[in-house]
Amino acid sequence: MTLNRRRFLGATAATLAAPMVQAASHGRARVVVIGGGAGGATAARYIAKDSQGEIDVTLVEPTRMYYTCFFSNLYLGGFRELSSIGHSYGTLAADYGVNVVHDWAVGVDRDARSVSLAGGATLPYDRLILSPGIDFVDGSVPGWDISAQNAMPHAYKAGSQSELLRAQIEAMPEGGTFAMIAPPNPYRCPPGPYERVSMVAHLLKGINPTAKILIVDPKEKFSKQALFEEGWGAHYPGMVERIGPDFGGTNVSVDPMAMTIDIDGAVEQVDVCNVIPAMKAGRICEIAGVTDGNWAPVNPHTMQSRAEENIFVLGDASAQGDMPKSGFSANSQAKVAAMAVRGALTGSKVFPAKYSNTCWSLIDTDDGVKVGAAYEATDEKISSVSSFVSQTGEDAALRKATYEESLGWYAGITSDMFG
Amino acid sequence: MRAAEPRRLGAVIVASFMGLAASATGALAELQGNPEDGAVVFQKCKGCHQVGPEAQHRIGPHLNGIFGATAGRHEGFAYSKAMQRASADGLTWDLGTLDAYLENPRALITGTRMSFRGLPDEQDRHDVLAYLRQFSDSPRDIPEAVPSAFAREVDLPPEVLAIVGDRDYGAYLASECLTCHQSDGSDAGIPSITRWPTEDFVVAMHAYKRQIRPHPVMQMMAGRLTDEEIAALAAYFQDLD
Ligand SMILES: Cc1cc2nc3c(=O)[nH]c(=O)nc-3n(C[C@H](O)[C@H](O)[C@H](O)COP(=O)(O)OP(=O)(O)OC[C@H]3O[C@@H](n4cnc5c(N)ncnc54)[C@H](O)[C@@H]3O)c2cc1C
Ligand code: HEC
Ligand code: HEC
Repeated sequence: MTLNRRRFLGATAATLAAPMVQAASHGRARVVVIGGGAGGATAARYIAKDSQGEIDVTLVEPTRMYYTCFFSNLYLGGFRELSSIGHSYGTLAADYGVNVVHDWAVGVDRDARSVSLAGGATLPYDRLILSPGIDFVDGSVPGWDISAQNAMPHAYKAGSQSELLRAQIEAMPEGGTFAMIAPPNPYRCPPGPYERVSMVAHLLKGINPTAKILIVDPKEKFSKQALFEEGWGAHYPGMVERIGPDFGGTNVSVDPMAMTIDIDGAVEQVDVCNVIPAMKAGRICEIAGVTDGNWAPVNPHTMQSRAEENIFVLGDASAQGDMPKSGFSANSQAKVAAMAVRGALTGSKVFPAKYSNTCWSLIDTDDGVKVGAAYEATDEKISSVSSFVSQTGEDAALRKATYEESLGWYAGITSDMFG
Repeated sequence: MRAAEPRRLGAVIVASFMGLAASATGALAELQGNPEDGAVVFQKCKGCHQVGPEAQHRIGPHLNGIFGATAGRHEGFAYSKAMQRASADGLTWDLGTLDAYLENPRALITGTRMSFRGLPDEQDRHDVLAYLRQFSDSPRDIPEAVPSAFAREVDLPPEVLAIVGDRDYGAYLASECLTCHQSDGSDAGIPSITRWPTEDFVVAMHAYKRQIRPHPVMQMMAGRLTDEEIAALAAYFQDLD
């Protein structure tokens, strides 16, 4: 989909410079948010809360129960119940007055400023926020497509896929093989696949200690690599093997019927195969015409689409610069966008954007690690200004404290999203 | 999910208080601690609590007269909802309840604002309670507290402490903190930062900014805040409900 050139040029100037208040001709200003995840739920809550009724907020989300991808690996490892990572939208509706519509958005008419829903309804908007997360790139792992997700689950959207993957791991034969096809950059949650390997190893160590884990990876390096490799060596010696690009990690195909994977011509029989394909912005971004390639470029100061100033794109779907695609990032970006939207629609004060991110990962019981950074907006991109990462060789008390912090963060971010 | 919580919690709390009351008449009826050792243990509390004739509320309430008192009794201190609930449910501070609270504050009062991991060592608890007991007897006999009851971690110039924060700006800046810190002030693994005296808040933030406090996340968060921004945050969190 190509960008409309006139709109593209028109939208580049930051609205920060001249916050023109748009008194809506039809009474209360209307904001529609598509996607009730880390970005969308946060944006809906902040706009509704801080505008104190001045803005009418509608959140479109097909599912009634949102299962966070964050901590879904801990569910695989047996550290959390699935129910503990499920959240409903009741408080957003009851306490914040957000209109929650459980449906799919299927069309965006930028000229008429309206969204059409699968159920047939049309929602007019003054500002539209897109936070649909990711979809998978067709054909990125030859032999796999979404119809194969029951034989070879991705579990990269949480809920029934997570349950399925855990059940398959529990049913593995003694000494069997769990394979993961890791994704190429950029993808949601850079440490996610490797935290998952740790959690699968933890589960197998208890129920099937001679089982093997095989990672087939198209990337040279991965997030927190030294920390993960140290942890796997210490907690799960001999269990985890990784095939990187030098040994054919880029040249892989699968056969979901036969449960085989072909790595550079060598065919392996496996018992469970977790395929995490290449990713792109959720489909609705392409439908709205705000993507350039796989992702939707945004203005770093506001999270406004570069293609259309009335549309904001948050979270995984956006191309913004240095921030990793994480729930923390999406939540951070949502607050900047919420402030910009309120500024434009009600004239409230707008401050310079601040962003940050921290991603915790659990390697084994009480062995938590983290990586994080602070960011600022430049005209070109969201740019990292400082960062930190856990160190190898840290003592057990610090790792335990780090894990406990992640529990605090989970409680914090989920109440920041859902009230 | 949320709406059902208070009720369930209430029931759990009442049950556990009754259990504690019973245990207090048993093994814990007699305090076995040494007040001098307790003064040393109290170093861990001093960042937040004062005792002695001049004691005032800081991040936590002053602890004079705590023995026999109803939990959460000070009108002038903003207790957590959890503490108010515990108070309404009849929690009183005696040896048994204090011992349990200090062993693991969050286990006794889920949602308490006291961000303290607890004293796992029983002797430490008995010692600090023996120390506190001295400030609970007849008000006339309240001893002087150990010196330097409130030493500041960072010496800040008076003009920095005097900055009056812009609460609106604080509200925006604070949204970044609330990804980790709970807005209702409960401590679920990351400390509570609501309802602090602004001075303590400003000092703590500068201690991270200057890397006197070691935590990498907070050093990063504080490191890029200006003096005005820290003041704005202090103003916002001070009266957040
Ligand atoms: C295994 C794993 C572990 C992770 N761990 C962490 C972690 O520890 N920390 C962290 O910060 N992040 C973590 N993440 C990343 C995090 O989950 C994502 O980055 C985050 O959810 C992105 O938020 P989002 O709003 O962009 O999308 P999402 O949270 O995915 O929300 C998108 C929502 O949009 C809805 N939607 C999509 N299309 C439409 C449409 N057309 N109409 C209506 N609704 C639609 C979807 O149903 C979905 O609910 C992890 C991810 C995975 C997979
Ligand atoms: C980080 C700050 C902090 C530290 C350290 C701390 N406390 Fe507290 N404490 C608080 C806060 C805040 C409250 C109020 C809790 C609430 O409202 O839920 C509190 C409440 C209490 C209470 C109940 C007071 C009342 O009026 O009901 C006691 C007793 C107490 N603390 C004792 C201690 C002791 C003893 C120590 C050291 C071993 C300690 N605290 C360490 C912050 C702290
Ligand atoms: C990524 C999670 C995270 C974010 C975001 C965060 N904090 Fe913290 N904060 C922590 C952790 C963890 C600690 C405990 C640090 C320690 O042990 O010293 C802490 C400690 C603190 C303390 C000291 C608490 C005490 O009991 O002494 C203050 C004050 C504080 N934070 C304020 C802030 C402010 C203000 C912001 C926003 C500008 C913020 N924090 C953002 C995680 C976070």
